[in-house]
Amino acid sequence: MATPFELGAEALQAIRLTLLLATLTTLALLVLATPLAWWLAHTRSRWRAPVGALVTLPLVLPPTVLGFYLLVAMGPDGPLGQLTQALGWGVLSFTFGGLLLGSIVFSLPFAVQPIQNAFESIGSRPLEVAATLRAHPLDAFFTVALPQARGGLVTAAILAFAHTVGEFGVVLMIGGNIPGQTRVVSTLIYGHVEAMEYAQAHLLAGGMLAFSFVVLLALAWVRRSAGRVLP
Amino acid sequence: MNTLLSALAAIVLLCVTPPGIGTARAAEVTVAVAANFSVPMRRIAAAFEADTGHKATLAFGSTGRFYAQIRNGAPFDLLLAADDETPARLEREGAGVAGSRFTYATGQLVLWSRQPGVVDERGEVLRSGRFERLALADPKLAPYGRAAVQTLASLGLLDALRPTFVQGESIAQAHQFVASGNATLGFVALSQVMADGRVGEGSAWRVPAGLHEPIRQDALLLVRGRDNPAATGLLQYLRGDKARTIILGHGYTF
Repeated sequence: MATPFELGAEALQAIRLTLLLATLTTLALLVLATPLAWWLAHTRSRWRAPVGALVTLPLVLPPTVLGFYLLVAMGPDGPLGQLTQALGWGVLSFTFGGLLLGSIVFSLPFAVQPIQNAFESIGSRPLEVAATLRAHPLDAFFTVALPQARGGLVTAAILAFAHTVGEFGVVLMIGGNIPGQTRVVSTLIYGHVEAMEYAQAHLLAGGMLAFSFVVLLALAWVRRSAGRVLP
Repeated sequence: MNTLLSALAAIVLLCVTPPGIGTARAAEVTVAVAANFSVPMRRIAAAFEADTGHKATLAFGSTGRFYAQIRNGAPFDLLLAADDETPARLEREGAGVAGSRFTYATGQLVLWSRQPGVVDERGEVLRSGRFERLALADPKLAPYGRAAVQTLASLGLLDALRPTFVQGESIAQAHQFVASGNATLGFVALSQVMADGRVGEGSAWRVPAGLHEPIRQDALLLVRGRDNPAATGLLQYLRGDKARTIILGHGYTF
């Protein structure tokens, strides 16, 4: 048993796992969300509205609903489970990989929206200028659009990271609370509260509170400095 | 925006409007009920309301959370816990009425799979190694989880099977893991898989009572319900024949 002012091995393991999950989720989301946000910002396709709604869905759905559907989809009879089994990966529920997939889905809108907003506020003008200077579209994207959207990218990264750290309902549903695999800080806090181990719960919950405050503070600073740079 | 605001205001007004005056004479009891007891309790509450004219409002959840809520002023009159420790603790701490505590049901643990033929009648499947994942409720949080761990320890299988554990935060979640096929088998409450007096689907092994400590579920009258006739009435009703028949029918004993 840890004393009230000392983190036990269990807590440290959960913190390490949470940070790993949040880091990988953020990296994966930056790679996935950037082209998606670009497409949403510029397309005139009739699929824009439905795809936009689909991306925003995790924002409004209760995490337990999302988690429940993920659990069913990842299960041996679910479409995702059938696919992963056919690929020889087995079933993803109760694994770190499954948790990562769930986190990516869960935090998708938090990554897409700031990047999309940034792309929209840049508009197509700078890229047209780049095109007249004979820049290849992909070249223009990396040298003109991305640098100008960096405020949106940083906001997306911070939000995705923080949101994953705070994720709970989805983890609870698809995790199975396995130490070192799927037991993250939020589910550990929940466990402590339910088991009436309030001292440990306070320590971790207080840490989470401080962390979240710092993240939001950092976000405000990023927004302010990005506002100065962007037109 | 204005329409949204007025819609919100309307909802708030609806929520704070006092209930009908016609019900003012019959008393009302708010009960915190352990999640595993939700199905029988709904039926008992319906019978209780029909027989007495009182009204019973049920809140389902985990006993640990109820403990935290009750200690922090939650408006419950009665607690039907999933264990016997939490009610004893609340009574000791002065949140419950001394002497009102009693065991309203004793839980039956089963090893269950939704596939027929997986779990045999003696639980030998546990020694077969023919499964990847064994679901159970977190032993720290749920009495059924603790009973599952005690059972495996009695069988000498705890260390061998620990790597296959997937833990639900409650027995309801452990059941969901098995019911959705994500875990091949798991320890659940008999009440969860019982339909019409027998195990409805798949295959199951009723864990003999000797393999774990009894899962005693205790009821406690809380201080808030001390002078509430509906609360004391329901506590009495739980000991009556009608309630006991319902409780037995859902796989509990006494």
